[in-house]
Amino acid sequence: MPEQALSDVKVLDLTRYIAGPYCTKLLADFGADVIKVERPGEGDPARRVGPFFQDDPHAEKSGLFLHLNTNKKGITLNLKSATGKKILKELVSNADILVESFSPRVMPSLGLDYQTLGAINPKLVMVSISNFGQSGPYRDFKASEIVEYAMGGEMYSTGIADREPLKLGGNVVQYQAGTVAAVATMGALYAAELQGSGQHADISIMETQAGGGDRRIFYLLGYACAGAITTRWPPPREAVRMVILPQGVYPCKDGFINTLSLPQWWPRYLEAMEMPELKDEPRFQNIFSMEAGLEFDALWYSWLADHTKDELFEKFLKVNIASAPLNSPEDVVNNRHLKARGFFAEIDHPETGKVAYPGAPFKMTETPWQARHPAPLLGQHNEEIYGKLLGYAREDLVKLRESGVI
Amino acid sequence: MTKLPLEGVRVVEMTVVAAGPFGTMLLADLGAEVIRVESVHHFPPATRGWMPRPPQFLVPTTGATFGGTGGLQTYVDHWAGDRPWDRWCLFNALNRNKLSCCIDLTRPQGIDVFKRLIKTSDVFFESNAAATVEKLGITYDVLKEVKQDIIYLSMPGLGCSGPHKYCTVFGAQLQALASHTWLTRYPDLDYTTTQSLLFHCDFASGATAAFAILCALRYRNRTGKGQFIDLAQIETVIPHLGEAIMDYTMNSRVQEPIGNRHPSMAPHGVYRCYGEDRWVTLSVSSEEEWQGLCRALGNPSWCKEERFSTMAGRLENQDELDRYIEEWTCRHDHYDVMYILQKEGVPAGPVLDDRDAYHDAQLQCRGFFEVVSHREAGTHRYPGMLWKMGKTPLSIRKPPPCLGEHNDHVFKDVIGMSDDEIAELEKEQIIGGDEYLVESIF
Repeated sequence: MPEQALSDVKVLDLTRYIAGPYCTKLLADFGADVIKVERPGEGDPARRVGPFFQDDPHAEKSGLFLHLNTNKKGITLNLKSATGKKILKELVSNADILVESFSPRVMPSLGLDYQTLGAINPKLVMVSISNFGQSGPYRDFKASEIVEYAMGGEMYSTGIADREPLKLGGNVVQYQAGTVAAVATMGALYAAELQGSGQHADISIMETQAGGGDRRIFYLLGYACAGAITTRWPPPREAVRMVILPQGVYPCKDGFINTLSLPQWWPRYLEAMEMPELKDEPRFQNIFSMEAGLEFDALWYSWLADHTKDELFEKFLKVNIASAPLNSPEDVVNNRHLKARGFFAEIDHPETGKVAYPGAPFKMTETPWQARHPAPLLGQHNEEIYGKLLGYAREDLVKLRESGVI
Repeated sequence: MTKLPLEGVRVVEMTVVAAGPFGTMLLADLGAEVIRVESVHHFPPATRGWMPRPPQFLVPTTGATFGGTGGLQTYVDHWAGDRPWDRWCLFNALNRNKLSCCIDLTRPQGIDVFKRLIKTSDVFFESNAAATVEKLGITYDVLKEVKQDIIYLSMPGLGCSGPHKYCTVFGAQLQALASHTWLTRYPDLDYTTTQSLLFHCDFASGATAAFAILCALRYRNRTGKGQFIDLAQIETVIPHLGEAIMDYTMNSRVQEPIGNRHPSMAPHGVYRCYGEDRWVTLSVSSEEEWQGLCRALGNPSWCKEERFSTMAGRLENQDELDRYIEEWTCRHDHYDVMYILQKEGVPAGPVLDDRDAYHDAQLQCRGFFEVVSHREAGTHRYPGMLWKMGKTPLSIRKPPPCLGEHNDHVFKDVIGMSDDEIAELEKEQIIGGDEYLVESIF
């Protein structure tokens, strides 16, 4: 197997659910040795979140957990017990990076704050991911995907006028926070290696949205510089048409197609539609007129209705118009472009067998993404980590297990 | 520590629209010297505006203009001025801490200057359509000959290989291709009526690209080897939708949009509050949070109804449940609902519009906004850092660059060109300049 970019990096992963695990997944998928620390008996709560393999709600069959924890090793450890804390500190002295995503009170209350851990290992990079950050009036507030999007992100302008604001599909706000956290982690690691000192990075999911979520960063600056408050807009067809050109989502023969166009692309549409003669028609001379837009719509909709979304995509591709079929998750998995690039990766897991997972988020020529092993079973690597790495004897492990430490 | 993490790293970038600029912004925030290579002969749309000199009737006067896309179009004070490209909020939001120089890469002498710049650099980062670097003759194979250990990242929408490689796409198209548009919809309306201008993908791919560069830089420090990174923006957003993808690959199930609801939590959604277009979000994931919600609402009699006593029952009866909750929320201010519910341990938060967010107590208290003075745009409070670092605090050290603002610095100090050479190439408009020579199409 080729070398990986982070194959000499050791990560201690205390994260749960989505944001933290996605951060450490990026590190693990590019080669880092990530030890995921879970609570004995229960494990990461994401193990109890669906979708489940064959709809069987089983701790080793959560698709969410399996996806988020590829290439990690798993141990169980009770951080509330004195022995558990002692073991964690031993692991810290062996680690380059520690990532945690508890609410901000937890690590200090366990006596595992950065000051303590940084004293054990001065080169340690500690990354804390929380809803609102480690300080401020909302520090201890609870949140979920929809709350984070409402407060940090651009939910207010998502959806249409006269309806309620709309959440983005899935859990993308948390994934984005994890992605940003991976950048912060690598920045701190880079500094630690060159300058010899670790540090604590404080990641607030709210700020990852306000400073870099879908649209919000530039809408905030638009407010700061011009007082502009961006609202939800009327459905595209009812919005006042400024230009003749199609904008948005349109129905076609077998679904929907999206297109976003620039004024200079008008001739390209006519070319794609094989109706070049329209260019000279008097009614289409002013492309900023609403009447021309409505007249064009009549031709446009009936032409769309004769073609499938994939046919339309290919036609627009040929004339260099930005468009896209409105794909379902099924379409994505079967997409021929992604297949040709080998995007999906089959990963074998003892409870599910081989399943296709989303693969490399980017391709590196020297140090490629690799699926080395599937997500860990709960406590799967206890013997390896406690025995081989920390040197505990078999009898010690039995005792630790009996006392609920691991 | 005395230095920012990436101090001493030079990144040359040619990025457009939002995804690429966001990626190099994260590197610039970490202390890298990021140099934008732009051109006064070529105006890439949606990067420094939609057109070089928009007629005033296309400059929105409020955020609601153009059916609410105003935030994508806003100029400082709604005035494009003499140098619209330096006053466009989208560009200024995403390009702080960077430098800008202008080189015409369509002429051989321009390519020559560009290669001399690459020779002094660690990273080349570009986000153009896949054909662009091929046409200009600045592919990885070429630049590797100039700088053997260069790290070269290309991030076209659909990547550098595959049958749709040359496809033109913006964030909104990538959202549709990746099935994120599919999953984002009011369940009772079809797709044509749900707004489609979502750009999560731009930010997912920008952040992922910054991560890729950091991995490659560290590997280069260790081994002396550079490399090529092929980043398809779509492939950075599909992992963000992992659950929906895995539901299909594991169970052949095609997930349908559920709007503001959640597969296993109820209540979960957005509720109307007192005032015009004011809303609050909340979610209940456990018995403990349900009891908290009931307490916060003053334990009204409906809270004790049998049908709401279990999560399964609440999921089944959420239309009625939502109506009861909204009867209460609509009598309260959206922030008040947050404080009342959070006190009882219920996740809740107001839907913040741009003004609310700009004044929000948490962002204020953590010093999120930073004052920036800009030659053409004036002085304003900008959205700031995405995270905080204990020993190497990050900040906006430089305002977003005006077009060509750092021509002299780059050509003289970075590349080491002589005054004569610079004057000669400037005369032929091969390098330098600070205003677009291409006209608007109107």
